[in-house]
Amino acid sequence: MTWEAVIGLEIHVQLKTRTKMFCRCENGFGGAPNTQTCPVCLAFPGALPVPNRRAVEETIKLGLALGCTVADRAIFHRKNYFYPDLPKAYQISQYDEPLCSNGTLAVPTPDGEITVGIIRAHLEEDAAKNVHVAESGRLHGATATLVDFNRGGTPLVEIVTAPDLHDADTAKRFLQLLRQTVVELGLSDAELEKGSMRFDVNVSVRPAGSDELRTRTELKNMNSFNFAAKGIEREIARQIRVYEAGDVVEQETLHFDPTNEDSPPIRSKEEAQDYRYLPEPDLVPVHPPAEVVDRLRGEIGELPGARIARIAKTLSFYDADVLVTGDLDRLWSAVVGAGASPKDAANVLANQFVASGVDPAAVDATELAKLVRARGDIPRAAFDTALAHAGDPGFSAEPYLAQKAVADVDQLDPVIDRVLAANPGQVEQFRGGKEGLLGFFVGQVMKETGGTADARVVNQRLREKLGRS
Amino acid sequence: MIDTLRLTAESAKELVRAKEISGDELFAAYLDAIGERDPELHCFLHVCEASPGDGIPIAIKDVIGTKGVPTTAGSKILEGYVPVYDATVAARCKEHGLRLLGKTNTDEFAMGSSTENSAYGPSHNPWDPTRVPGGSGGGSAAAVSAGLAPWALGSDTGGSIKQPSALCGNVGLRPTYGTVSRFGVVAFASSLDQVGPVAKTVRDCAYLYSVISGRDENDSTTVEVPPVEIPESADLRGVRIGVPRELNEAEGIEPGVTAAVSAAIEQLAALGAEVDECSLPRSVEYGLACYYLIAPAEASSNLARYDGVRYGLRSEGADFREMVMNTRHDGLGDEPKRRIMLGTYALSSGYYDAYYGTAQKVRTVIKREHDAVFEGFDALVCPTSPTVAFPLGARADNPLAMYLSDLLTIPSCVAGLPGLNVPCGLSDGLPVGLQLIGPQFSENTLFRVGHALEQALAFDYVPARYRR
Repeated sequence: MTWEAVIGLEIHVQLKTRTKMFCRCENGFGGAPNTQTCPVCLAFPGALPVPNRRAVEETIKLGLALGCTVADRAIFHRKNYFYPDLPKAYQISQYDEPLCSNGTLAVPTPDGEITVGIIRAHLEEDAAKNVHVAESGRLHGATATLVDFNRGGTPLVEIVTAPDLHDADTAKRFLQLLRQTVVELGLSDAELEKGSMRFDVNVSVRPAGSDELRTRTELKNMNSFNFAAKGIEREIARQIRVYEAGDVVEQETLHFDPTNEDSPPIRSKEEAQDYRYLPEPDLVPVHPPAEVVDRLRGEIGELPGARIARIAKTLSFYDADVLVTGDLDRLWSAVVGAGASPKDAANVLANQFVASGVDPAAVDATELAKLVRARGDIPRAAFDTALAHAGDPGFSAEPYLAQKAVADVDQLDPVIDRVLAANPGQVEQFRGGKEGLLGFFVGQVMKETGGTADARVVNQRLREKLGRS
Repeated sequence: MIDTLRLTAESAKELVRAKEISGDELFAAYLDAIGERDPELHCFLHVCEASPGDGIPIAIKDVIGTKGVPTTAGSKILEGYVPVYDATVAARCKEHGLRLLGKTNTDEFAMGSSTENSAYGPSHNPWDPTRVPGGSGGGSAAAVSAGLAPWALGSDTGGSIKQPSALCGNVGLRPTYGTVSRFGVVAFASSLDQVGPVAKTVRDCAYLYSVISGRDENDSTTVEVPPVEIPESADLRGVRIGVPRELNEAEGIEPGVTAAVSAAIEQLAALGAEVDECSLPRSVEYGLACYYLIAPAEASSNLARYDGVRYGLRSEGADFREMVMNTRHDGLGDEPKRRIMLGTYALSSGYYDAYYGTAQKVRTVIKREHDAVFEGFDALVCPTSPTVAFPLGARADNPLAMYLSDLLTIPSCVAGLPGLNVPCGLSDGLPVGLQLIGPQFSENTLFRVGHALEQALAFDYVPARYRR
């Protein structure tokens, strides 16, 4: 039997508003423990929440970017449970009337676009952070729990997808795309290591072609996209093995060790928690005004998914994906607009330019376009040096364009002969069919000439001398 | 010699202004009164030293947070807790120069109708110390009647200002929900809690309301309020007053209470008011049941923060769960525990719709029924409490009997409406309270009617046993 995986994601993104969700405390990462706190986020008696307007607007903006419907009326609910990092013993969240619902995110893949339903995007507050310590001060054998309330009460958007994903790679692409969307909208740093973006994955499998939803497991604590892809793949394989052995998959949560991808997850039974949701009586309903929603909609530019799809019409999907996910596509468009060939521009940007470490935003596209156009005519070394300086203020390509590569066969032949004589083994291998070695010989010639040789002429002469033209 | 028993805040202010007495002498007079009578009455959980200034002293119920002054809400679980910030109402009193005399006794977390649920022992009624002062704000009401404070702040969820004022013979206002900030007030039931004034006269009550009311950016549920008018006229011509049958003829209303209230209603008519019967059948039939689902449900969530992690009592345990359980076992009294259990049940998955959900729908019905009645009337009148002050212990072991103490105050609280208690006479030597209920933001009307009635009835608010 062939099996199909069914994957749904639940993503939390911390908004980088100036203040917390329901109080005026600074919303910042890394302060000394419990310095960014007040009676509200410490849940002192009598303290009341006041919603952060900015956070509400940013949630709406993200919802709009995900094609969601923005509610005319949204309300906050209390989600009740006891935990040391939850000072009120309830989290203010949203339940049946979220700010945003019913959207989609189209994920471009090599095999075309996959549309993933967004069930909801709602706003809530983050919990504080528990630090378990032993008397020795180490984590192992913890005997006490310290709580740092700095993170407590920071605004958090929760995005829940429909179970529309069917393989680990697309799930990973979805997460990357969502991350980039959030970062480009300026809503969050969405850094996995800092925890400003976190996600849980629900996985189940079913016979291919069926539309049933079987028991799912929940994967937690995977703090990189590759980690997630690997974890999902393994879990799919495990569930298939379970069914093929005639057993059933049990509903459980798999807690991964974020520091070690290879260690097997710790499994725990999912207890049916009763959160006793209650409409938050301390807050009034939110009615987003139409003009605010329109303004926010107007602030959203062309999103990364759409840009990949657009650029893939000109270049390959692979190139489009690399350009957009590498945040190089705007520069690419400008360079192409300045006269460079789309494919050459993409190749330069995706390879040498990325290697140069230059900030794309600092580059003058017109000058870069000149370099790309002249790439074959100037010495490799000059080209590399030029790229490394492409972000400098007032950078001009002209001095580099003036340097011509050495194309004179009389000058190049002696060098080529020296290289071939020095590497008889490789010559023999090449002649035996290992044509990939051509690059090796080109590299050696370039090295000998200090990068000044014209690569096209070197290529041609090498082929001639090696007897395969 | 300052006679704090008779002195109103208004006349105290006048005496200080005319420099007949100093603010410090005034404050000292109240401290003396507290020293003399509070050992018997136990109105205060904490008495302050004189703070600088010439302002009028005030007592504040211990559910209202006061910076640097212990605030226990009548609970062991908050023993030793000292707020780092002032409740908005406390801050507004300070801004108006009012000087904090002390914190008054309350049923634990304002849950009760007699102060017998205070973890620090009950308060006693100044008219008869063998009887309760009402609750939960019995400490504030008794303190005002016994001359231990010229006025006080209380808090009212289902009758905790109005009912003690009735039982102690003074004036208490539960304002329209949303007119007074709850910021810094220990929460019992957030959608019902309102802070309000307790005073000897309607004018004092109106003035104190003007001090504490109005929009507060720290409480999202507050709104701007119409300017407060301090009442002067005794003329009630043009005022339409309704007498809801169900609130005046409910089972359990004592004959002496009915007699005093009926006489007062005749007085209202004599002052020119148009008085007519009306009806609130569903509000009275379902009000108490609705309240006892909504209030405990919200309380179960509001009281969950007392977990021993950050402040107040902590009882040790082997792990977090055990520590929380031990802390709450040791720190909370029977009544909060009872309501937490009721509320937790009402919110539980599978029961929510039947209980909390239905109660919310009933609440809407009660609001609409009141709205409809107020199309024909400016105010409604009925007894505040079915009975005069009852003996200590009489209802302490019967929660349901205790809950019925609030039968007449609860429906309008559930509807979010303002209610004013005005003393209207005595029954067996104990005060009877009359309740005036108005539509949203009708405080000025209630003050006007209350003041006119007060002038006409000339009720002597000094407890008979203290009169010289």
